[in-house]
Amino acid sequence: MYIIIVGGGEIGYHLSQALLDEGHEILVVEKKAEECEFICSQLGSICVRGDGCEVSTLVEIGTGRADMLIAVTGDDEDNLVACQVAKHKFNVPRTIARIKNPKNEAIFKKLGIDVTVSSTNIILENIEEKVPTHPLTHLLDISDKGLEIVEVKIPPDSTTIGKPIKELPLPPGSVLSLIIRKDEKPHTPTAKTILQAGDQIIAVIPPESEVALRTALRGA
Amino acid sequence: MKVVIMGCGRVGAQLATLLDAEGHSVTILDTDAYSFRRLPPDFNGTALVGNGTNEEALKKASIEEADAFLSLTQGDNRNVMAAQIAKHIFNVPKVISRIYDPLRRDMYETLGIEALSPTTIFAQMLKEKLES
Repeated sequence: MYIIIVGGGEIGYHLSQALLDEGHEILVVEKKAEECEFICSQLGSICVRGDGCEVSTLVEIGTGRADMLIAVTGDDEDNLVACQVAKHKFNVPRTIARIKNPKNEAIFKKLGIDVTVSSTNIILENIEEKVPTHPLTHLLDISDKGLEIVEVKIPPDSTTIGKPIKELPLPPGSVLSLIIRKDEKPHTPTAKTILQAGDQIIAVIPPESEVALRTALRGA
Repeated sequence: MKVVIMGCGRVGAQLATLLDAEGHSVTILDTDAYSFRRLPPDFNGTALVGNGTNEEALKKASIEEADAFLSLTQGDNRNVMAAQIAKHIFNVPKVISRIYDPLRRDMYETLGIEALSPTTIFAQMLKEKLES
C-alpha cells in the first residue's frame, strides 16, 4: 500500500518505521527541515519537506494514488484539514487523524474523517489502568457496533463478593465474557459463578452502561 | 443581526467595530486577551477569550443564536475547522471564512464553506492598479 504520513514528529517517525517494516510504501510530509533530515538519515529518503495541508504539496507527492493518509501532527485542526483535502480533493480511500482534544472525536467523525485516534484518551486509559484502585478500564472500542470491551476489578471491600452473578443487576445489553481469577484458568462466567475478591471481569457493554456495570459488579 | 467573529486581529477588530456601529450584536473571540486592545473604547459588543475550534467556547459566545459566523484568525486550518463546526454542528445560517491558500479555498468552496482568499483578492487588485 502507498501510505502518506503527515507530520514527522515522534509519532510520525515511529509509525513510518513500523509501516516500512510491514513492507508498505511510505512517504512522510514534514514542515521542519530538522525533522525531515533526521527521518531521511534514519529510514532513507522517505520524507518530503512541506505542508501536508497544502494542495500543491499533496499533488507533488502523488496523493492521487495513495491508499491511505494518516495525519499525526500535534495540531488537531491541521490533521483535520490534511485528511479532508486528501479525501475530497484526491479521493484517498482511507484517512486517519490523530486527535489531542478528545472532544474533537465526534466533530471529526461528523466532518467525514474515517478513523480518529485520540492520543490523550489512550494515555489516560493506560495511566488509569496502572492505578490499582481504578474500578473500570477501557480495553477496546467497537465503535461501529456501538459496543466497548472493559475490565472491572473486584476490590476486597465490594458488597457483591460471595454473590452469584445471576443476583447482580447487570445493565441490559451487557455480556460478561471472561473472568480472570488467581490460580484458575480464565473462563466464561455463568449465572452461578460466585464473585470473589480480586476477580477481573472482562465485559462487552454499550458505552452508556459503564456506571451501571461498575455499580452492579462492585456494589454501590 | 447576531454575529460571532473568531479572531480579533486587524480585520476581525475592524469588522466588529463596523458591525457594532451599525447596531448589530457582535461577539468576538480570541485566544489572546491582548488582541482586544484593537477594539474601540465605545465598543458595545462582547469580547471573549476562547478558542473558536472549541465547542464550549462557541457556545459561550452564543453561537446557537447567531445569524452569522466569521473565522478570521491567522491559521487557515483553524479557520476552516471553526467554520465547519459553526455550519455543520451549530447550523449557523451564514458562515464565512478567510483562507490564505487559494487552492485550499477552492476545495472548501466545493465543500460548501464560503471562503475568501485575501491572497487572490489582493494580488488581483494590485494587478488592476498596475494596469490602470
